[in-house]
Amino acid sequence: MFQRIEIQKLRDGDNLILGFSIGGGIDQDPGQNPFSEDKTDKGIYVTRVSKGGPADVAGLMTGDKIMQVNGWDMTMVTHDQARKRLTKKNEDVVRLLVTRKSLEDVVRQSMMPH
Amino acid sequence: MWKSMKEILQGKIVIRSLSQTYDYEVREYNHDFNRVGSEPSARGETVDAVYNTVIAEHRTRYRITLAGMFLRRQECSVALVNRAGLPNRRRQSNICQRACFNSFTEISATEQTLFHLKGTCERSRDRHKPRSRDGSNRSDRNVTTGTPSAGTGALDQTPAGTDPQDDNWAETTTAVTGTSDHSLSQEDLAGFAKVIEGPGPLRRGRLARLLPLGLTLLLGLLVLLTPLAFLALPQLLWADRLQACGTACEGLFLSLAFKLLVLLLAGWALFVRRPRAALPRLAVFRALLALLTLLLLLSYWLFFGVRILDSQDVNYQGIVQFAVSLVDTLLFTHYLAVVLLEVRQLQSCFSLCVIRSTDGETRHYNLGQLSIQRAALVVLERYYSDFSVHNSALLTAAKSRTAKYLADLKVYSVDGPSSDGAASQSRAKMAAAARHRDTSHNELYYEEADHERRVRKRRARLVVAVEEAFTHVRRLQEEEKKKPPGDVLDPREAAQAVFPSMARALQKYLRTTRQQHCHSMESIQQHLAFCITHSMTPKAFLESYLNPGPTLQYGCGGPQALQWTLVCEASVTSPLRDGTEFQLRNADFSLVVSTKALPSLKLTEEYVHPKSHKFVLLLQSETSI
Repeated sequence: MFQRIEIQKLRDGDNLILGFSIGGGIDQDPGQNPFSEDKTDKGIYVTRVSKGGPADVAGLMTGDKIMQVNGWDMTMVTHDQARKRLTKKNEDVVRLLVTRKSLEDVVRQSMMPH
Repeated sequence: MWKSMKEILQGKIVIRSLSQTYDYEVREYNHDFNRVGSEPSARGETVDAVYNTVIAEHRTRYRITLAGMFLRRQECSVALVNRAGLPNRRRQSNICQRACFNSFTEISATEQTLFHLKGTCERSRDRHKPRSRDGSNRSDRNVTTGTPSAGTGALDQTPAGTDPQDDNWAETTTAVTGTSDHSLSQEDLAGFAKVIEGPGPLRRGRLARLLPLGLTLLLGLLVLLTPLAFLALPQLLWADRLQACGTACEGLFLSLAFKLLVLLLAGWALFVRRPRAALPRLAVFRALLALLTLLLLLSYWLFFGVRILDSQDVNYQGIVQFAVSLVDTLLFTHYLAVVLLEVRQLQSCFSLCVIRSTDGETRHYNLGQLSIQRAALVVLERYYSDFSVHNSALLTAAKSRTAKYLADLKVYSVDGPSSDGAASQSRAKMAAAARHRDTSHNELYYEEADHERRVRKRRARLVVAVEEAFTHVRRLQEEEKKKPPGDVLDPREAAQAVFPSMARALQKYLRTTRQQHCHSMESIQQHLAFCITHSMTPKAFLESYLNPGPTLQYGCGGPQALQWTLVCEASVTSPLRDGTEFQLRNADFSLVVSTKALPSLKLTEEYVHPKSHKFVLLLQSETSI
C-alpha cells in the first residue's frame, strides 16, 4: 500500500529543488483538495510534478499523499512545517513514504479471491 | 311663448307632410312587394336579390323621413320642457302642452307604423330566405319616449322587434339614457335628498358645541378673577389696618402676575381653542378636570372666607402668599390636564386594523390609550390621507356579471304548452344558474384578462400622447425674454393650448378604468397648468391619473361626505381595550376597526468585548519545492 520513493535533490545555484508542489496541512481547508478521497483528510498531497525533475525521475506522481519524509510524520503537520521538512538545506536526499489511490486498488484487487 | 307655439304648429305641419310622404312610400312599397311576389324569376335573378333591392331602396327613403320626424320631435320635446319650466300663463301653457302631446302622439303613431312595416319587411324576407338568428337583444333599450310624461302611454305599445344588426335604425331611435340633457341622474336626486336632510342635526350640533365653550369661558373668568379678588378684597374692606409689606410683597405680585398670564395662555391653548371635530358624547377628562378646578376654587374661597374675611387678618403678606399658592395649584392642575389630554395618548399600546367594507383596503395604525370616540377621530384623520379614494363604479361591475347572465336567460318550451308553465320555467332557470356557477370562473378569468389588456393598450396610447404634448411646451429662456420667438403664454393658457391633443386619450383611459367621475375637465387643466409651472415631466403629470390617490386629493365631495356615524357595542367614552370593535359609517361605505393590544416585549442584553473578534483563514495554498 505504501511506496518508498527516494528523490535526489537537484542543485540549482544556491537552491535545492525537488521538482514538485505540495498542498494540504492541518491549517488548510481540506474540502478543496481535489486528490483526497475523504474530504476531511488534512494530509500533505502532491499537487504537481514538473516533468523531468528529480521527483518525476524518482517516480512520484500527482495525487500521492506523503506520509513520512525521512522518518518524520507528515499526516499531522501544518503546511509550512511540511515545506520546511522537505527543503532542509543540509540534506541532499529525501526518502518519502507515499500512498496512492491506484496502489490501494491494485492491492485490494490482488487480495480479492478470484 | 307664442314663438314656441308657432314652432309646435309648424312641427305639426311638417309632420303631416312627412306622414303623407310616408303613406305614399308605404303604398309604393306594398305595390313593389306584391309585384315581386307575383313574378319571381322574370329577370333570372333570385327572389332574395329582388327583395333585397326593393327593401334597400325603400329603406333609404324611410330613413330620410324618419330622420326628419326625429328632428322635429326633438324640437317639440324641448319646447315642452321649456313650457313646463315657466311659471305663469297657465291656460295658454295648457293649450301648448296639449298641442305638444298631440304632435307627439302623431309622431309616435307614425313611428310605430313604420316599425311595424319594417318588421313585416324583415319577416317576409326571412320567410323566403331562412336564416338562423340567435335571439335578438330584445331588452327595453329601444323604447321610444321623449319626456317621461309624453302621451305614448296612451298608445298601444306593440313594437315589432327592431333588428339590432341594422346600425342605422339604432341611431335614429330615441332611447332613454341615464344622463340626457333634460333628465336628472340618480346621483343628482340622491344629492338633493341629502341636502334637504342637512340643516336638522346641524342646528342641534351648534348648541351642543356652544354650551361647553360657554362653561369653559365662565370657569376661565373665575380662575382669572379669584386671585385678584383675594388681593383686592382686603384692600377694599379694611385698608387702614393692613400691614404694609415691602419688597417681598412686590416680588410676590410680580410672580403672581406672570403666573396668571402663563395660566391664561395655557388654558386658552388647551381648552378654549376650536376642536377639530365634534364628538358624539361628553369628553370625560375635560369634564373631570373642570370639576376639579371648580372644587379647588371653592375650597380656596371657603378658606378665604373663613380665615381671612371673617377674622379680618391684617398680615397682607400672608394674604398675598395665599393668592400665589392658589395660582401655583392651578398651574399644577393645568399640568395634570396636559398630561391627561395630550401626553397620555402618545405612547402607543394598541394596534388598530382599519378595513374599508366595500373593497377591503386595509391599514394598520398604532395608538395610545384613548377613548373610543377619540380613537375614531384619529382613524378618520388618517383615513383621509392614507386610503385611496372610494370608487363606487368599480364595485358595480362585479355585481352585474351574474345578474346580467340570469336576466338574459329565456325559457322556450319545445314540447308544446306544458301544464305548469311558470314552475317549469323557474326550474329550468335554476338548472341553468347551477350550470353557470360551475363555469363562471372561466368567464371571470377571460373577462379580467380582456380588461387588463384593454387598460394596458389605452395606457400606452395615453403615455405617448402626453409625452408628445409636453414636447410642445417649453419654458421661456432668459435670453429669449427680450425677443420671444412666438406667443408668450402664462401657465393656464399654455395648459389650455396643449390640452386638446391629449384630451381624447386621457378621457378614454379614465373611462376604461372607471375614474371619469373623479376628474372634471377643469381639474385636469388645472393640474396640467400646475405641472407645467413646476417643470414636471409627463410621467409626473400622469401619476395622479394612473394611480388613485388619497381621498383628500379629490376635494371633500360635499357636506354629506364629512358626516360619519360611530357604531359601537360598548359605550363610546369607554377606553380602548384589546378586542374592541367599532364601525364608522358613511353614506356610501363603512370602515370597520378592530383593536389588538401591542405585545409587551422583553429585551435582554449581551455584552460583546470589542477585542473578542478573532478569525482564522481557511486556504488551500500550494507550495512548489
